[in-house]
Amino acid sequence: MAVADTHEIHDDHHHDHGEFIAHHFDGPEQQFDSGKLGIWLFLVTEILFFGGLFVAYTLYRSNHPEIFEQAHVFLNKYLGGLNTIVLLFSSLTMALGVRAAQLGKNKNCAVYVLITMVCAAVFLGVKAVEYSHKWDMGILVRSAFNLTYTHPAPVTSVGKWLHVSDYLVYISVIPTLLLVGFLVASLMGKLMEKNVFSKFMLGLSIMVGGYFLGVGVGLIFMDVAEGGANESHASIQTADQPLMLHAMTQETREDASHDENHDKTAESHPAADHVDGQAHHEEHAHAGGEAFSAHHPDPEKLSRNVGIFFSIYYCMTGLHAIHIIGGIVVLSWILWRSLLGQWRSDYFGPVDYVGLYWHLVDLIWIYLFPLLYLID
Amino acid sequence: MVDAVTRQKLFGTPEIHFLNCTKGWKSWAFTLDHKRIGIMYLIGVTIALFLAGIFALVLRSHLFKFDSKMLSDDMYNQMFTLHGAVMVFSFIIPSIPAALGNLVLPMMLGAKDVAFPRLNLASFYLWIIGTGCLLLAILSGRGLDTGWTFYTPYSIDTNTGVIYATFGAFVLGFSSIFTGLNFLVTVNTMRLKGQGWFKLPLFLWSLYATAIIQVLATPVLGITLLMLIAEKTMHIGIFDAKYGGDPVLFQHFFWFYSHPAVYIMILPAMGVISELISVYSQKRIFGYSFIAFSSVAIALLGFLVWGHHMFTSGQSQVVTLIFSAITFTVAIPSAVKVFNWLATLYKGSILLNTPMCYALSFIFLFGIGGLTGLFLGALSTDIHLHDTYFVVAHFHFVMVGGTLTALLGGLFHWWPKFFGRMYNDLLGRVGCFLVFSGFNLTFFPQFVMGSRGMPRRYASYDPEFLPFHQLSTIGAFVLGIGILISFIVLVYAAFKGPRCGSNPFRAASLEWQSSSPPDFHNFVHSPVLNDPYDFDSQVYDDELDTYISREFADPTKVPPRTEPVHH
Repeated sequence: MAVADTHEIHDDHHHDHGEFIAHHFDGPEQQFDSGKLGIWLFLVTEILFFGGLFVAYTLYRSNHPEIFEQAHVFLNKYLGGLNTIVLLFSSLTMALGVRAAQLGKNKNCAVYVLITMVCAAVFLGVKAVEYSHKWDMGILVRSAFNLTYTHPAPVTSVGKWLHVSDYLVYISVIPTLLLVGFLVASLMGKLMEKNVFSKFMLGLSIMVGGYFLGVGVGLIFMDVAEGGANESHASIQTADQPLMLHAMTQETREDASHDENHDKTAESHPAADHVDGQAHHEEHAHAGGEAFSAHHPDPEKLSRNVGIFFSIYYCMTGLHAIHIIGGIVVLSWILWRSLLGQWRSDYFGPVDYVGLYWHLVDLIWIYLFPLLYLID
Repeated sequence: MVDAVTRQKLFGTPEIHFLNCTKGWKSWAFTLDHKRIGIMYLIGVTIALFLAGIFALVLRSHLFKFDSKMLSDDMYNQMFTLHGAVMVFSFIIPSIPAALGNLVLPMMLGAKDVAFPRLNLASFYLWIIGTGCLLLAILSGRGLDTGWTFYTPYSIDTNTGVIYATFGAFVLGFSSIFTGLNFLVTVNTMRLKGQGWFKLPLFLWSLYATAIIQVLATPVLGITLLMLIAEKTMHIGIFDAKYGGDPVLFQHFFWFYSHPAVYIMILPAMGVISELISVYSQKRIFGYSFIAFSSVAIALLGFLVWGHHMFTSGQSQVVTLIFSAITFTVAIPSAVKVFNWLATLYKGSILLNTPMCYALSFIFLFGIGGLTGLFLGALSTDIHLHDTYFVVAHFHFVMVGGTLTALLGGLFHWWPKFFGRMYNDLLGRVGCFLVFSGFNLTFFPQFVMGSRGMPRRYASYDPEFLPFHQLSTIGAFVLGIGILISFIVLVYAAFKGPRCGSNPFRAASLEWQSSSPPDFHNFVHSPVLNDPYDFDSQVYDDELDTYISREFADPTKVPPRTEPVHH
């Protein structure tokens, strides 16, 4: 045993370490392997994190299949399908981005990562259209679930002008502010000749643009899917004679009013107009029943617990959307470092790790889509 | 060949070490050094221990009289809830892995740090935030009265600070996940060259098994608590029966984490004991691979027994039977460990110093705690004992008699390594004696009370139980004094104790090859790999007054090996 070699005192602990190799690793391979194992373990925790919701889904679906059959028709499978395609495509560009980083092609990597981010934003835009559409109809979590087949007329001037739901306008405030902020920052960077920063901010602006693209495409899909039925826009325009159809049974309505008495939270939810039930039944029988029976189940036969489906829907898709937003944040970090040109064939770990995370987020959606949208 | 000057440089007490290489609070608050993070964790969990300990003493004082008016019933509920929540989430779970594990784990691998130092620091700050949120429940003036289990439907209906506390537990969960993830990766990728899995000290096997549980179980608690928060704020109807939800589902989710969490608490303690028993018997650990694999077996079986917390919840009888049967199988790997420790002691050269006293206390107390678990795992007796003081006594024997004892033993064992100073062994043993006797006095009467039907969590009780409760209260104060003395002895030693050499106990695992206190980079040389239980590999050096590896010793003074080298 070469005792003499091992006994040398290391005064310099940074010998032959590259720029991005942390001091406690022996070399790039050890650092890469550690990171890779770490991200895989993190993905395992993510799967278990979602696992709780999948278990809740499984239990309620096996115990109350009728709820799921009744409820899923309110989800628009065209929008869900669109989002599935968008995410699958983003996984492709992510994989290409990883490959580009592996080859040290930083510019290509930046472009691919940016496309991935735009896809993520498109996804969120479509999701915003879906969410606002449901909120309009009073499709909320169990305690606030108060279905009407119609939409309240928009109150905000933006909503009136664009003929879109007020909720969609509210959701879009943050992306709008971000878009303006990023554009201004990009311009400032240009003026101060900080080119990388300027490019980065421009990239983020393009990403936020993706959100609005998603909203636009989502609204068009919504129209197409509803076949110009007098449902979404039509009903807004004839808001003076809305087709107000209560979904819940008499029993449920009593239950709901009972809930509201002792539950302030439920009241604070923007439920649709809550008018006396009996009148609605008749209105429903005369006006609504035939028009919508082709699309929607008879409200009288809806289970009182159909809102639980939407509780699970909002929990699962909401948590997934939070992961998409988290993905956009870490992808921005990758974009920034790509613009700085930091990837080399022996150092591209972060792109790889973020890529794995992104594929997982995609994969979870691949499960959510059929489980929620494609029942039957 | 190493000359005396080099030996002095490698193993003598260094002037510059990890404690004083940089100064100022920023050098601690933003440190990425696993040893400093470990010490900060240690300070944190000790504060949590004392805080929750004070809650416990208040509870026991209240129970000194059967019709006590010291606390209102509401206050009593809040007191035991916060005692439990702070003890479990802020103290026991991070105690050994995050404090001792952080200090020791990378050094046992001969590594400079854990794989992800920044994640390690993040884990510590998450611990602070999470504990802060738990305590916010008190500061908000509303308290918390659900019990540490947050059972629905009560946790949904109560107006106390459930949201603060559950959010705190959620954040603490991530702190725990990050530590576990870090340890798994570190053990996998950063072992010393040639250090195979079976050359790892058993403490690392147990930390590894613990980390598996932390990574696999904790996320489920995270999503459960998020759903509980959603249920409480929006009434999503998943757990709330009023809206068609299922309260028992919450129990399943909760125990799917919290039963494995019991093994997060005890497995690292078992690892510490494996080290102590072997070092202070100066004898190779008996049945290394059995102890190693029993840790893994406990970790895996731990995932399959959560239903034994729910025998009376109305779950199906078949399921109850299966859970009971699997629960009994956990006894096998646990007993394997105890037998191996006893076999290690047999014909060993036993040194009854403070850490060894704690280790022997552990075997005794864990033995009782484990065996009484069988009473609770058996269906018929559990119906009688469910929710009585018997259960309280059982899990305190395992968690306090097990984990706290092992933590103290481990601290006394590794304290000289990390502070370079020796503690007062006599006072240490006095502390250990008080902890051991106070503990038994507190919890043994509770077994008797419980088997006679004294229910847990009650603020008043039948006069029949008075003597037991009074004994228990006196014991609690003795226990508290014992713990206090132990920490005073340790803190005094850290500042004023006499200097000690790099390896005063003739231990053979790699961390003892560094100087005491260790260098910032842990080792100023590349450590020499040796079997962690081959104590003959360490020889006494009279100039340094400590034990060093044969390879570094003066060849003219090295005695011949007394036993052949194992490989």
